[in-house]
Amino acid sequence: MAIPRFWREIPSRYNLYGSKCGHCGTLDFPPRTVCPECGRRSVGKMERVKLGGKGTVVSYSVIHDAPAQYEMMKPYVLAIIEMAEGCRLTSQVIDVDPAAVKIGMPVEAAFRKLGSEGEAGVIHYGYKFRPAG
Amino acid sequence: MTVGIVSYGGYVPRYRITPEVIGAVWGNDGAAMGKGLNIRAKSVPGPDEDVITMSVEAARAAMARVPWVSPKDVGAIYVGSESHPYAVKPSATIVAEAIESSPVMTAADYEFACKAGTAAMQTCMGLTLSNMYKFGMAIGSDTSQGAPGDALEYSASAGAAAFLIGTERPMATINHTVSYTTDTPDFWRREGQRYPSHGGRFTGEPAYFKHVLACAELLSKKAGIKPADYDYAVFHQPNGKFPLRVGKQLGFTDKQIDTGLLVREIGNTYSGAIMVGLCAIFDIAKPGDRIFAVGYGSGAGSDAFDLTVTDEIKNLKKGPRSMDSMVKDGVPLDYATYAKYRGKIVMRGA
Ligand SMILES: [Zn+2]
Repeated sequence: MAIPRFWREIPSRYNLYGSKCGHCGTLDFPPRTVCPECGRRSVGKMERVKLGGKGTVVSYSVIHDAPAQYEMMKPYVLAIIEMAEGCRLTSQVIDVDPAAVKIGMPVEAAFRKLGSEGEAGVIHYGYKFRPAG
Repeated sequence: MTVGIVSYGGYVPRYRITPEVIGAVWGNDGAAMGKGLNIRAKSVPGPDEDVITMSVEAARAAMARVPWVSPKDVGAIYVGSESHPYAVKPSATIVAEAIESSPVMTAADYEFACKAGTAAMQTCMGLTLSNMYKFGMAIGSDTSQGAPGDALEYSASAGAAAFLIGTERPMATINHTVSYTTDTPDFWRREGQRYPSHGGRFTGEPAYFKHVLACAELLSKKAGIKPADYDYAVFHQPNGKFPLRVGKQLGFTDKQIDTGLLVREIGNTYSGAIMVGLCAIFDIAKPGDRIFAVGYGSGAGSDAFDLTVTDEIKNLKKGPRSMDSMVKDGVPLDYATYAKYRGKIVMRGA
């Protein structure tokens, strides 16, 4: 991923900042600048909202055929997570035996390495999820 | 004015490897090695963990215990480590962003073998006592490596601790601190080298014992109280034997040292070592408890602290995982998986 793009996404990658439409109240993650429902009516009314980091697994798959960046981690779990605030996001679930992951499992945000641009490149960090204790 | 630890947070990765498993690969009696070191297992970071991710986990746990502290009031963040992911590019700025203290604050990385975290504590004491900043965050974090087959491979582990330092509502006051520093080449790593080198037997008497004993005696003189009057003692723990021996020489009992001696279950967390030990003590400490803590970093030096737990410890918010739960929640690895996770296998194109 290009450095400028990742750098712009730091607030949402590190601290789960999403957006809330001031017109209809829809919560979006990652954040949007315009509400897809309200269009022009949401302009200037989009608020920044920090998600609390708690969620549940609504769907998942165990990845056996991984891209090069994730070769060291396979098999690993990629899940759609519904956050306590209602919006959904896709993330890796870590610190778990893939066989132990279940739909409805409570998870919490953790801070992990997302990848790096080779041995000499910049390292990207951000959220992943682990089973909630 | 008194300064102290306002909050604390510790982190231990979930994976473990035992001396038996390591010894089996190199044709050594791992069980005897483990017994000699008094280490039953060491922690291993996951493939997506490093000093920065562990520092963030520890710093977030510290902030979560004191919701009354605004992250914007954390004016300084220092990350002490000998395994910073970048040679150039601070770990501390990433921690600052992740706990939302940036941008009006200062940050830097520290390095002093195993005592960079306690050096950061002392810096934060000065900065907050002088009113330059309301709070400072001192972090000790390492994902240390021993060369494959080297004695250090049995102990070098991973862990982190973060202390929020300040004068407002400390949960443990730092009554006294003293340091003892000399030029002693007992352990080092040159730029660009993957694994550290050490002076073998030279790491014991003239290095660890000389500095820890001298520093502890200076602290005792300053504090003016006897070893028996402390509830807990924690010493730098490169293995499980040295701290017990140094404690005995100073007049502390094994019982006083037991709670903070995490090295037996998770190995030597280097910059995290006495700090994760202190976290384990804070998890169960009561107001009025006295704690004697002496760190050690090769190269060489010791930092010592005399602490008193205050009533504020009862006001810390519950939520972050206890050290005991993280220490016990270990998943054993075989050597091949450990080697893969630690980047000891050379991949195509690397
Ligand atoms: Zn809308």
